[in-house]
Amino acid sequence: MGRLDVPRFGVRRFCGAMLAVMIGAADPAGATETDPFRSVMWDDMRALVLGDAPFRFDDRVKVTAPASAEDALNVPVAVDATALGAVERIAVFADMNPIPRILDYRPIAARPTIALRLKLQQATAIRAAALTPDGVWHVGGVFVDAAGGGCTSPALAHGDPTWERHLGEVQARAWPAVQASAEGQSKSTRLRLRVRHPMDTGLAPGIPAFFIETLVVRDGDGRELARIDSHEPVSENPVFTVEVTPPADGRALLVTGRDNNGTEIRASVPLAWRQSSLETSTR
Amino acid sequence: MTVKRFKALGLLCLILPTIGWPIAAGARDKSYGLEPRRIAADTYVFEGAREHFTSANGGNILNSGFIATGDGVIVVQSGPSRRYGEEMRAAIGKVTRRPIARVFVSNLHPDYFLGSQAFADAPIAALPGTIDGIRSDGRAVTENMYRLLGDWMRGTDAGPPTEPVLGATVVQGGHRLRLMPLAGHTAADLAIFDETTGVLFAGGLVFSDRAPTTPHADIARWLLSLDELEALDIAVLVPNHGTIRTDEAAIGQTRDYLTWLDATLRASAEAGLDMNEVMAIEIPERFSVLSVLREEFTRSVAHLYPKIEQSVLPRVN
Repeated sequence: MGRLDVPRFGVRRFCGAMLAVMIGAADPAGATETDPFRSVMWDDMRALVLGDAPFRFDDRVKVTAPASAEDALNVPVAVDATALGAVERIAVFADMNPIPRILDYRPIAARPTIALRLKLQQATAIRAAALTPDGVWHVGGVFVDAAGGGCTSPALAHGDPTWERHLGEVQARAWPAVQASAEGQSKSTRLRLRVRHPMDTGLAPGIPAFFIETLVVRDGDGRELARIDSHEPVSENPVFTVEVTPPADGRALLVTGRDNNGTEIRASVPLAWRQSSLETSTR
Repeated sequence: MTVKRFKALGLLCLILPTIGWPIAAGARDKSYGLEPRRIAADTYVFEGAREHFTSANGGNILNSGFIATGDGVIVVQSGPSRRYGEEMRAAIGKVTRRPIARVFVSNLHPDYFLGSQAFADAPIAALPGTIDGIRSDGRAVTENMYRLLGDWMRGTDAGPPTEPVLGATVVQGGHRLRLMPLAGHTAADLAIFDETTGVLFAGGLVFSDRAPTTPHADIARWLLSLDELEALDIAVLVPNHGTIRTDEAAIGQTRDYLTWLDATLRASAEAGLDMNEVMAIEIPERFSVLSVLREEFTRSVAHLYPKIEQSVLPRVN
């Protein structure tokens, strides 16, 4: 299923865009809605992240963050698009950041929700756009005040001479999660993971961009459950929370990834509650 | 050319009075309105608001104080801005004509030391850890205060304290002052206990009806410091933030909150909660007497959770 998803997705998006262009001549989807944050950057953001695809501002995409960034290097942001039902992609971006794109999430066999921490350069709207199968982007957001400077500060790692030895180290743990809804209960697996990486933006003087580009969560048989394509503004030593739905007999999750220098990331996370005490994980 | 210049001048004459005047008036009107309140023999405090730094309160959220001893004035905390320090010094001058003997700064947070320029002719004393902290972070901290408070901060520079002090008991003009080098609220917290009057200037270690702040906190060390303070025979307790009391209740209140905070963050990490979920946790009713509770709890999650979270995520590669 994962293998088929990629081409099908492309066709569907193309059709969605075509449909939007055809209908859009009279009343382009989303065009009648104004940006709730009245951001001067919205038109640019739309062009950069959504292109010509139809969109609407939609409260069902919940973006949560503290009103004021206590630490501009680590602003916690959670996106929850579960109210939309099926979601194919979630794009997270911040209008006023010098590098606005933060990550692109594909919840292939996962709930459309992701939490992360990011760097902010100044006060800004932080937005998440969730793409539904009909080809429409649903845009939610939150405004965060910040003293700023997060993107142009060097990573703390550069103060530690041994940081390269720890590059790509993964700390992770999985929890069983139960969601109650109108249709009854559903089960998923919450995965929290932290990867040691400086996530250099390239904007701090003398330090080139160096960041994790991709992290993929798979089940024990190697099928993709979720995919994070991350960009420079994700915080140093990123911490992600996702909720995947591996097969019922799965005993571990595999995490693979790479940074823009080709460093491979590879780890296995045991689903401890599915393993007896005598068995070990499938490393 | 000439005509143009005249036009420009004319325009300036029209604009300048209209924009220049209100700004000047605003600056003139700004005053902290500091009124000393006597809490014990020779001992006075200036009570601040139980709020966050805002452009409305000018950063006056602290309880600074002074002891008018027979041999000069001991000042405790110099306030959030040069203007505060100057107003404080003027207010002290109305109580006593004696000179300023020494200023004590309890920790590196901005409201403790940014008024020190007004006392530049006296030694500004602090623990070595506080002086180091102000040397490395003082400028960034001051810049953020300018962002938060604006014109109140005019002319304020982050000068580090000039005199390192260690734990000792000193006698000044008939007051025996015990200087207690503690830690936990920050890496170096100076508490000053006047054995003569029983007044404890607790600095940032004790909060009273106000939620504790944790940007540099080590809760385990903080709790040990509270044990030391609780052993004192306190007549009046002056917390840097919150209500001044004639009992030790504020120590227990601070301990209760910190213990709950630490346990809650650890349990949340163990349960797999993400930071925003922790920030939304319900806070027990008994803490509702603490002002700025939700705001400080949210900040504390940002300060403390990343480290606790790491301790529950095992290495998997």
